[in-house]
Amino acid sequence: MAPSLEARALTRRFGSFVAVDNLNLNVRGSKCVGFLGPNGAGKTTTLKMFTDLIFPTSGEAFINGVSVQRERKEALSSCGTLIESPEIYPSLTPREALDMVGGLRGLPTDEIRARTRTVLDEVKMTEWADRKVGRFSKGMKQRINIAASLLSDPEVVLLDEPSTGLDPRGMAEVRSIIKDLKKGHRLILMSSHILSEVVDVCDEVALVNHGKLLFYDTLANVNARLGTGATSVDIGFTRPVSDGELATQVATLPGVSGVSRVDGKRATAMIAGGPEVQSQILARLAASELGLVSFQASRSALEEIYLKEISQGDS
Amino acid sequence: MSAAGIAPSPPTIPSAAGAGPVAASRVPGTLDQAIRLSRYQLRDYLRSRRFVLMVSIVVAIGALLTFVLSHFHGAGLTGSTDAFYGSLWAGGAPAVIVFAGIIFGGDAIAGEFQNKTGYFLMGLPIRRTSVYLGKYVAAFVASTICLLLYLAILVGNGVFYLGVGSANGALVVSLAITLLYLAALLGAVFLFSSMFKNSLYAVLVVAVLFLFGFTIIQDLVVGLVHIEPWFLITYAQSVISYPFGSIPAHIQQGPFGAVSYNPTYAEGLAIILGYAGLTALGGLALFEREEFT
Repeated sequence: MAPSLEARALTRRFGSFVAVDNLNLNVRGSKCVGFLGPNGAGKTTTLKMFTDLIFPTSGEAFINGVSVQRERKEALSSCGTLIESPEIYPSLTPREALDMVGGLRGLPTDEIRARTRTVLDEVKMTEWADRKVGRFSKGMKQRINIAASLLSDPEVVLLDEPSTGLDPRGMAEVRSIIKDLKKGHRLILMSSHILSEVVDVCDEVALVNHGKLLFYDTLANVNARLGTGATSVDIGFTRPVSDGELATQVATLPGVSGVSRVDGKRATAMIAGGPEVQSQILARLAASELGLVSFQASRSALEEIYLKEISQGDS
Repeated sequence: MSAAGIAPSPPTIPSAAGAGPVAASRVPGTLDQAIRLSRYQLRDYLRSRRFVLMVSIVVAIGALLTFVLSHFHGAGLTGSTDAFYGSLWAGGAPAVIVFAGIIFGGDAIAGEFQNKTGYFLMGLPIRRTSVYLGKYVAAFVASTICLLLYLAILVGNGVFYLGVGSANGALVVSLAITLLYLAALLGAVFLFSSMFKNSLYAVLVVAVLFLFGFTIIQDLVVGLVHIEPWFLITYAQSVISYPFGSIPAHIQQGPFGAVSYNPTYAEGLAIILGYAGLTALGGLALFEREEFT
């Protein structure tokens, strides 16, 4: 059976504030789904209802078809979770903490040992396995939390902003871990503020605002929905470039649908086409005498749609 | 807008690790999980500064007691085993229990919220009952270790002054009652801890109540309202001394019409058992309803 997550009319009110408003979301299959939304959109509240940390005002959350609210233990038995950067008992070592998690999940001792080695290696914490967690930095603790969520090799993984507190290298490593997780028979739901992270890692995105689901779609469809599929690219030059040069040497390049000046040494080009077209344009500009110094996508298709949907929802 | 389910799923691939997801049936039962959790919680307690603090308190009390006994040549307590343990065990053990309750139990539940350790545990397939029970057992064992340390110091002095046979059956019975009292007091402490999500508030409330709050309430109830304070856990603690000799009269008339109460043996035990049961149920019910917001 394919792993699944389902929110059925999930609603949570805090007094008059509606944090999650009749959320219906059905995610099924082995994939990574980015759960996006601005601060206060209801992402963490939703994930907490999926882990029974808070209770819905109405509605229900299901993991692999099992109600979290009615059968918490069974529902969470096939699920690894990382919600709100949890803390581990400070006197325990990572090995002991993972041993505890494995024991509580009912893993055999041999399997706990083997999986502990694997997950500690995955999060690059092997050399810290026998030091007390209380002395770790926030980033190191987060790595152990990720290791704990993966210990039982779960079918469903819920990650609430997993790269929080990590340095850039740590963030890249988390992305790499999640990409590896996707190779297994797994469903990953990951909330994040970092759109580039979602684009890099996820196959699908669900966008929420004010507790409501605005859309849920594949990233491929999100890109296609931008009409022309154009990507906005910021271009920097080492010297001032004239309007004539922009018109003759940039706007005429194949794939460029428009160019506008930002200032003397910078311009923005709209490029219709994927990475290959962008690569060709970059090569042509680098070979020109304009003095190219930078070439960077300013907004992804996801970012365009994110801002559009959020602003529509707020108005 | 596209709806859920439109997105095509990639073909499923077997787990890279090969371990496969854990079947629900493999997850241990509630009691088993509680015992497993208590082992790690106890390990955390025994390595913590709070345990060092508690041991220091017990050692300080023991050292003071040893000094007083040697300096004042037994301080009038070394005449009989009953007098010795009736005063020093029945008088000191409740104090050790109160300190242990504050230190190990005061923030036991509140700390799960404030320190966010609850987020680590509650994301696992585990009932809140297991978490509550596991932490309770760990606090009970850690407190018992401290209590036994105090007993060891006391027995050491007892053997020195009264001989090897001084630690008799009465002491064993009293120890059993003391452990019941510890269970009841920890139950009450856990109940108060379940009412807060802030460790400091929880510890403060527990400390104020058990260090002098209940004593003041007891004095007011007896002195002003003239009723027996059977509803206070601290009222029952005097039964710890009962195995060592004469049991005081249930109601005692003092000068100027003042009345004081002492629990009967059965009443004291009933209060202790009642507190242990009711506070455990109450605390657990509160914890079951608390949210990790």
